[in-house]
Amino acid sequence: MASRLAVFVSMLVPTGVLAAGGTIELEQANNNFSNLSSLQRGASYFTSYCYGCHSARYVRFNRLQADLDIGEEQLKRNFMFAADKPHDTMTTAMPADKATVWFGQSPPDLSLAARSRGTDWIYTYLKNFYVDESRPLGVNNRLLPGASMPHALWELEGLKRAVFAEHEDAAGNVVKLFDRYETVTPGLMSGDEYEQTLRDLVNFLEYISEPVKIQRQRLGLKVILFLVFFLVLTYFLKREYWKDVN
Amino acid sequence: MRPVRSGPFAAIAREAAELGHWIDARMGISRFWRSQAAEYYAPKNLNFWYFFGSLALLVLVLQIVTGIFLTMNYKPSAEQAFASVEYIMRDVSWGWLIRYMHSTGASAFFIVIYLHMFRGLMYGSYKAPRELLWIIGMLIYVCLMAEAFFGYLLPWGQMSYWGAQVITSLFGAIPVVGDTLMEWLRGDFYVSDITLNRFFALHVIAIPLVLLALVVAHLAALHEVGSNNPDGVEIKKYKGPDHHPVDGIPFHPYYTVKDIVGVVFFLTLFAAVVFFAPDFYGLFLEPANFEPADPLKTPAHIAPVWYFTPFYAILRAVPDKLGGVLLMGLAIVALFLLPWLDRSPVKSIRYRGPVFRLALMLFAITFIILGYLGMRPATGVYTLLAQVFTTIYFLFFVTMPFFTRYEKTRPIPDRVTYHG
Repeated sequence: MASRLAVFVSMLVPTGVLAAGGTIELEQANNNFSNLSSLQRGASYFTSYCYGCHSARYVRFNRLQADLDIGEEQLKRNFMFAADKPHDTMTTAMPADKATVWFGQSPPDLSLAARSRGTDWIYTYLKNFYVDESRPLGVNNRLLPGASMPHALWELEGLKRAVFAEHEDAAGNVVKLFDRYETVTPGLMSGDEYEQTLRDLVNFLEYISEPVKIQRQRLGLKVILFLVFFLVLTYFLKREYWKDVN
Repeated sequence: MRPVRSGPFAAIAREAAELGHWIDARMGISRFWRSQAAEYYAPKNLNFWYFFGSLALLVLVLQIVTGIFLTMNYKPSAEQAFASVEYIMRDVSWGWLIRYMHSTGASAFFIVIYLHMFRGLMYGSYKAPRELLWIIGMLIYVCLMAEAFFGYLLPWGQMSYWGAQVITSLFGAIPVVGDTLMEWLRGDFYVSDITLNRFFALHVIAIPLVLLALVVAHLAALHEVGSNNPDGVEIKKYKGPDHHPVDGIPFHPYYTVKDIVGVVFFLTLFAAVVFFAPDFYGLFLEPANFEPADPLKTPAHIAPVWYFTPFYAILRAVPDKLGGVLLMGLAIVALFLLPWLDRSPVKSIRYRGPVFRLALMLFAITFIILGYLGMRPATGVYTLLAQVFTTIYFLFFVTMPFFTRYEKTRPIPDRVTYHG
């Protein structure tokens, strides 16, 4: 009975860890979407490392330019393809049918990834690629086992191998559990630098998932301040009218 | 208003007054205003719980107005629906605000309505002579569920699509005509562009029309019998020399100014959600719905929006599909029957015994727990719990005729009282 109760209680508590399968606990991205320079860095990482395959088809170049304070020259040089107009959106040059042949599925559009998956999920995903020769592209992912995406940022992070340790579970079966990563090839960045890069990238993805977010919160503060002030007024108006009700 | 006797505006004021008389002689607007507001007497002891009726009306207007503006840019086609919502969120001036007001408004509507209904349960507002008022209110609730269900398909996200797929498939459980009925609803063999088109029509015109008509009927019935109050005593029993109830006060200006306070307080909370947590931690806008609908990819876990989950939990608590559908329907039908299930001589919880208080509290908690269970996957312990709480849900209705009849009640005061 007590153990059944414990199971019940543990099910009521939200948790990122599941006993079986490849699910791992999500790490917090801790990105700050009001940090403009982080967003700008994230934008440049996005175009360098993601935009080759992934589109962001609801994101307009001129909106990016205005919101992230990117110069026109830089926008044209780093973000737009030759045929793009400033009011166009970030559609990728990779044809979807070819991509399906190359990767097994066409790379998803990333406009709303931060809202459908969550920033922590993307951050954790990009931190957990490891060398796995059994996969077609030579890498696997601990958060999404069997992911068809290559480790696009390997140049920055380097390559690492996952070391699994053998454990015995409650039923006496030997199971392999993840123990640690071991560097195979060092990358251009240190671990901290790579984490910061991911944070910038995730930050940018959060921005493109809802470009109006900062503006929304700024306006919200004013609206709520007005409403609270108005609430006081209406309260005293009500009190005045109700004076003669016993 | 004090008449303006001289000055530059006197002539305009005279003209306006004259226009007023002209209209009044042909339409009787001022008589309507007097009978429905200025000389419509409401109990003077209405408390916090009586804000939710006017708030529901406010949210209805909010949904209609924001809905009209959304319709101007939304495209009801499987090819374009998802992109048109993003177009509204990113490119249409203030589109994001209108959209968030509409999506938050949907959840706010149900919060307000659930509290409004709970008020009715607490103070026995469904009891004679207000049975019809309650029935019309329940019809509004059913309409609202249909409205929310049809509207939820429109963003054409993964959860929109698969939610509609699951709910329409429930009709397939009905014997003999089930499959035909399901096809007729969808207009196709599965939820498709055709389904989206008809759901759009139902969401923007058919159901809102019915809803508005029912709201008018609800108000008409209310103004015929008058508001109940936290004491559950009829204020019409004692009338003063002016033939007005001694415990009543004119709805206008007393309750209009009071309801404005409620409205502004509500709007403050509403704005907090719209501007700072529009997806409300995945409850008001579900993460999976930011992925476009994909008829070939079933999500691992399909759950309706929070306001449907109590009934969804009841549906899944029954191993048999048809049985689940029937029980879910019965869960709503039971609410319609309340006026006749409750045999107590008193209306308000204030004068009822401990059994009723306990039963009502248990019922409210059960409803919330079922709501939670409806969001979780239907496996193991969750299913077992859903079955336990479904049983409690129905026990509330089944045992009501008995505990309300035999439970000792406290004496009802002759006139309304104040509790702080």
